[in-house]
Formats: sequence, C-alpha cells, structure tokens
Amino acid sequence: MKQVLSLLVRDQAGVLNRISGLFLRRGYNIEAITVGKSERVGLSRMTIVVEVEDNRAREQVKKQLHKQIDVIKVSDLTDRPMVARELALIRVSAAAQERSEINHLIEPFRARILDVGKASVTIEVTGGNDKIEALIELLRPYGIREIARTGLTALGREQLERSSEQEAAEASLV
Amino acid sequence: MAEKTVAQADDAAYRAKDERTGSEIVVQALKDEGVDVIFGYPGGAVLHLYDALYDAGIAHILARHEQGAIHAAEGYARISGRPGVVIATSGPGATNLMTGLTDAMIDSLPLVVITGQVGTHVMGTDAFQEAPIFSMTMPVTKYNYQVKKAADLPRVIREAFHLASSGRPGPVLIDLPKDVTAERAPYVRPESIDLPGYQPTTVPHEVQLKKLVALISKAKKPVILAGAGILHARAEKHLVQFAERTRIPVVHTLLGLGGMPYDHPLYLGMGGMHGLVVANRALYEADLLINIGARFDDRLTGDPLHFAKNATVVHIDIDPSEIGKIIPTDVPIVSDAREALARLLSYPLENADSEDWLNTLSAINERYPLWYTPDSHMIKPQEVIRLVHRLTRGEAIITTDVGQHQMWAAQYYGFQKAHRWVTSGGLGTMGFGFPAAIGAKLAARDDTVVAIVGDAGFQMTMQELALLKEYGLGVKVLILNNFALGMVRQWQELFYAKRYSESLLPFQPDYVKMAEAYGIDGYRVQDPFELEQVLTRIFTDDAPALVDIRIDPQENVYPMIPPGKGIHQMEGVSPSEAGTLSPRA
Repeated sequence: MKQVLSLLVRDQAGVLNRISGLFLRRGYNIEAITVGKSERVGLSRMTIVVEVEDNRAREQVKKQLHKQIDVIKVSDLTDRPMVARELALIRVSAAAQERSEINHLIEPFRARILDVGKASVTIEVTGGNDKIEALIELLRPYGIREIARTGLTALGREQLERSSEQEAAEASLV
Repeated sequence: MAEKTVAQADDAAYRAKDERTGSEIVVQALKDEGVDVIFGYPGGAVLHLYDALYDAGIAHILARHEQGAIHAAEGYARISGRPGVVIATSGPGATNLMTGLTDAMIDSLPLVVITGQVGTHVMGTDAFQEAPIFSMTMPVTKYNYQVKKAADLPRVIREAFHLASSGRPGPVLIDLPKDVTAERAPYVRPESIDLPGYQPTTVPHEVQLKKLVALISKAKKPVILAGAGILHARAEKHLVQFAERTRIPVVHTLLGLGGMPYDHPLYLGMGGMHGLVVANRALYEADLLINIGARFDDRLTGDPLHFAKNATVVHIDIDPSEIGKIIPTDVPIVSDAREALARLLSYPLENADSEDWLNTLSAINERYPLWYTPDSHMIKPQEVIRLVHRLTRGEAIITTDVGQHQMWAAQYYGFQKAHRWVTSGGLGTMGFGFPAAIGAKLAARDDTVVAIVGDAGFQMTMQELALLKEYGLGVKVLILNNFALGMVRQWQELFYAKRYSESLLPFQPDYVKMAEAYGIDGYRVQDPFELEQVLTRIFTDDAPALVDIRIDPQENVYPMIPPGKGIHQMEGVSPSEAGTLSPRA
C-alpha cells in the first residue's frame, strides 16, 4: 500500500540525509520525496510517498520518523482527506503542424506549453498522479523526449471537527 | 535580524572580554556537565582541543586504539549511568570509533563523542585525514552534529549530554572542524534546551496501566520479561517488589541480568537462544507477557511466530518505536520503567492466580536445570564462572565480548546485584569486554572488575593492557582459552558438518609473557585442581592480573534454540541430548 506522509522538520544541514537514510536502513521503499520551506521560519515541510507492506509497517514508519530529533511533526495523510499535487514537465516531439493539435489535447488537463523549440514543445502539468499518467499516455504517440516530475506534495484538508478516535490514534503514537 | 539595542551592544562588549577559543569552550562545557574522565586519543585535528585539556584538570585515559577508548567509555557509561566521553581525531581516528558507536546505539548506552574534523575551508576537498564522519555516523548515533561556529558550541554540548542521557539513551557525536576549535566566542552555559522534536514520554497513561492491572488479576500463567530498560531506569528494586506483589515470575534478557537477584524465588533465569529451559517455556506458554524495557531481539524470541503466541502482550518501553516492532502488542505503555512500576505499585494490586503456574515452572526447572559434565582432566568453562561467582559473592562487575564465554558468564555467574554486567548484546562485538572493563573500573574503583574474554576476542583489543599498569587499574582478565572462535566453531560443529573453516587458532601468543611485558601478573592454568588456587590468589588484592585458562576446547554452550526454531524447540537440554542437534534444514 502507498503511504503519504507530511513532515514538519527542522531546516538543518543533513536533515534530508537523515530521513532518506532512515528509509534506506529500515528497508522502506521511497516512491517520492519533496521538501521545501514551510510557513514557519526554520522549519521545512517534507512530503514522502512510501510503499509499505501492511499497517504494522505503516506504524513503524511513523514511529521511526517521530523518533528523529529533527522531526517536529508527522502527519499520516494516507486515510485522511488531503490535497495532493505533483508537477511534471514533459518534452514532446512536435513538428510545427502538430502544435495546435497538442494544444487542444492538453487543454482539458489545464496543462500549458511553456517552451516551444524547432522540433519539440515542453508542457507543464499539475495534478494528481493519475492525471499526469493519463496525459503522458496521450502524448506518447507524438514521441516523448524527456520527463521531469517533482513527486507528490500534499497537505491535509482543513477539518471541521477532529474525532476523538483520531486524537486517540495520534496520542498513542507519541 | 533585529537591530542591536544599546543594551545588547553592552552585553556583547562584556561578553567579548569573556571570549575563549572553541577548545576552551568545549573543556569548560564538559566540566559544567560534570565530566570527570575522558577516553581519547589525540591527533592533528584535535591538537587545539588537547592543548586546552593539558591543564584542564579532567582525567584523560589514553587508550592505545580509538576502539579501545570508546568501548571503555561504554563500560564506564553502563556502570556509572552517566555519559561516557570520547575524543578522537579526524579521519582514521574517527572511523575507528564506528564499531563502538554502533554498539552503544543498539545497546542504548549514553556517550558523547567528539571527533576532530579538517578545517571548514578544506572540508569536502579530500584533505589529509578527512572522512565524512557527520554523514557516516548519522545512522549509528542517536543524534549528531557538525559544528561550524564556535558560538554554537555551548548549545550543542548542552544538547548532546541531554540527548545522550535522557529518554532512551544513546551515543551523540559532535564533529568539530579544527578552525572552530581555535575560533573565539563567548561561553555561557545555556539554561534551557530547545528541542521541539525531542520530548520523550516518561510518564505512562493511567488508562493503559489500569488495563494491565485488570489483566494481572485474571492471569493464570503470567510472566515478566525484564530487559535493560529496567537498569537504565534504575528500577531494579521496583521490579522485585512488583514481581513479589503480583506473584509473577521474571525472565531476564541477556542485557537485563542483575535486575532480579539470581537466587530470588520468582526469578526464572535468562531467556533466549542459550537461556534456561524454564525461562523459555514460561515465555512460550504464558497467557500474559509483561515486557518491561526489552526489545524482543531475535536472539531472545527465536522464530517470532512461536513466541508467546497465546499471551496477551503488554509492553512497557520508553521508545514507542520498539512497541509492536517485532511482536504484536495488545497493551502498549510508553513510559520510563521506574515511573510505570512506581505507579503500578501505588495501586491496590491484586496478585495473579499463579501458584499452579509457579509450581509447574519449578518442576520444569528441576527437570531441566543448566548442566555440564565435570571432568577431572580438563577445566570446564562453566566451573570457572561458578568459581568466580563464589570468590566474588556474585557481586563483581563482569564484562565480556560476544560468544561462548559470554553465554557461560550469563548462564553461570549468578548476579546478586544490578549494574554489574557489561556485555555487548545487540551488536555482539568481539574485543568489547576488556576495554569495557577498564571503563567499568574507572566508574567503580572500589569494586572487583573481571573481564571474562575468549582467546579470539581478547586478541582484537589486547593492546589496552598497557592501561592497567599505567593507570593502576586492578582489572582481572580471565581468558577462557579454547584455541578457537568458540561460538563459530560450535556452529560449524553442529550445522556445518564439523568443517572448521578458519575458526581454530592453534597458534596463541604467550599471554603470561605478554602480561609480564605490560607489567602485570600473568598466570596460566590447565589443571582443574590448580584453578581455585590461582583465582583465589588474584582476588585477594586489587592489582591487575591476567589468567590464561585453558578450557576444554570441545565444550559447547547448551541448551540452545537452533537457528530458525521457536522458543519451545530447545535442544541440548540434558547431557543425553547434547551433540545430537538436528542439522540445519
């Protein structure tokens, strides 16, 4: 199963190495990891997508992350409402006469052409994993030259009320 | 940054007068943390630091190899309960600490380790004696630092001691570039510590404790598994009281030995691969398993599928990540062991309905006691340990490496008191026991310290013999010499058709001459009838001594859970069954 984690970490030298090293050592397979500044000075937010075997492994991942001195907060977004986005840049072979066709094709994805070359166009698309995969498949017949993807970044949705179950679950983690 | 106010400027001017070098800050901070001994080895990158130590008035033990220094610090930490402090230079000095750091990490020993580093201006250029210690030690330390400004040192050292010794203890490393040790900065010991990501839970949830109390009153076959967490929390007296009040028998892990006195009627002995039959049977058949401060290591559980499979499992641990890691747990209790036990003892605790169970266990123990076959021509290692127990009344500090001698010591010493046992448990480090004994002796000068080592492991760190005479440390070194890497030889005998691949050591140095060369008394004993005489002699005073004890080279450690088997599948449980262990599938 895929586990999506959002971490608040201290913005210190080595913190990315600490987290990725932990996943390597414990044998958890990272699918994507993104990191950037958060709303708080000195803290970064990391989004990690990890492939875990079962719920026990999922708990272990959370606990091991929590144990890290530089990790301030661990939120498991897997089963919670969240907004999650990834950005992809896709360079596609495109002769001049194909460009308007590609433009039409990508429009429903709210993707756009960022750069036009003699023989290719570079497309920017933002969205969930499925949407990006779908667009890539549609573009494949034109000839995909390069893809760069950021990996997923995510935030939990604002919740109106926190259930006592959730609070208990979080308390048992600490 | 806000503009400086006049007051701040004044303060800065005042502090400037009090500025010192990074090295002087380190030395003062160590003093402020109450450090009374440092284990270390100098080198280029720590020259400034050693210069500051020259007349600092802190004792420094000059090991002969950095690995010796860090194992000594581990022994010191294990006995004193305070962080062991180590200093090594950059590059090879620091990489030689790797084994000790990993050992301390897995056995939860508090260390503060300072490594020199090349200057910040050449870092990353493959400079002379440069090694990437910060990234190399990340996974084998509880936390580590690389300090780039002398002004950060007061905070870093304060945090390092706090992190090493609180929560689940562990090693903390500070990598210190040479220029930072010369840079000047003010020193004020920070009053508080700001580590928002580090707030260990030490006090248990009342709700969880009450669940445990209810389970105890219903249990018919309860057992307590007590690990080193009991000892780290200094909770051994609470453990005894708790067991007595609830009438629940106690099994110790290897590292938990000493928590219960060996002759306590509720003590079943050590569990695990070479544990007592009764201890493992109790773990196997229990209906309630209360784990206090143990981490269900694979050498304890055997195949986890068979471990405590009918039991309701309660796990008290200060490290939440240990709970549910190996064995599914019904009642997790995140807490310091002493806090949890003290609270439990304050409740109106009912005892378990355990009398039938205790009788059953007692019958099992009578049927399957520890056994060995005495021999009038050859010294049996078990007899050596029993004799050491008798001569030291079960009160000596015993240190070991890993392997057969370690298991015999664990099985036969019979610890009367807590905090007397220093062994490499999780990592299983050869060469640990002897330097650890040096550190233990420094932590407990008035106590008898016995390093029980094998001939193979001793040869890994025996250069530290120089320290006994130099520092007047009355460590007694007993080499259980079987001319082999005993445990490797045992496994090859049992599971590899007696193909003794590189496990025999037919050539041995003359340990008696070696002892003499290092200025201490050396003895060799081969005759079982001379053993007592020699051991009695070495225990009459507090002088260092080394005894090369030639033991039966064929002797194996029994009983044993063969690899891959469950805790109920012990073999070699009686003399008639030894040597018939099933070959590995």
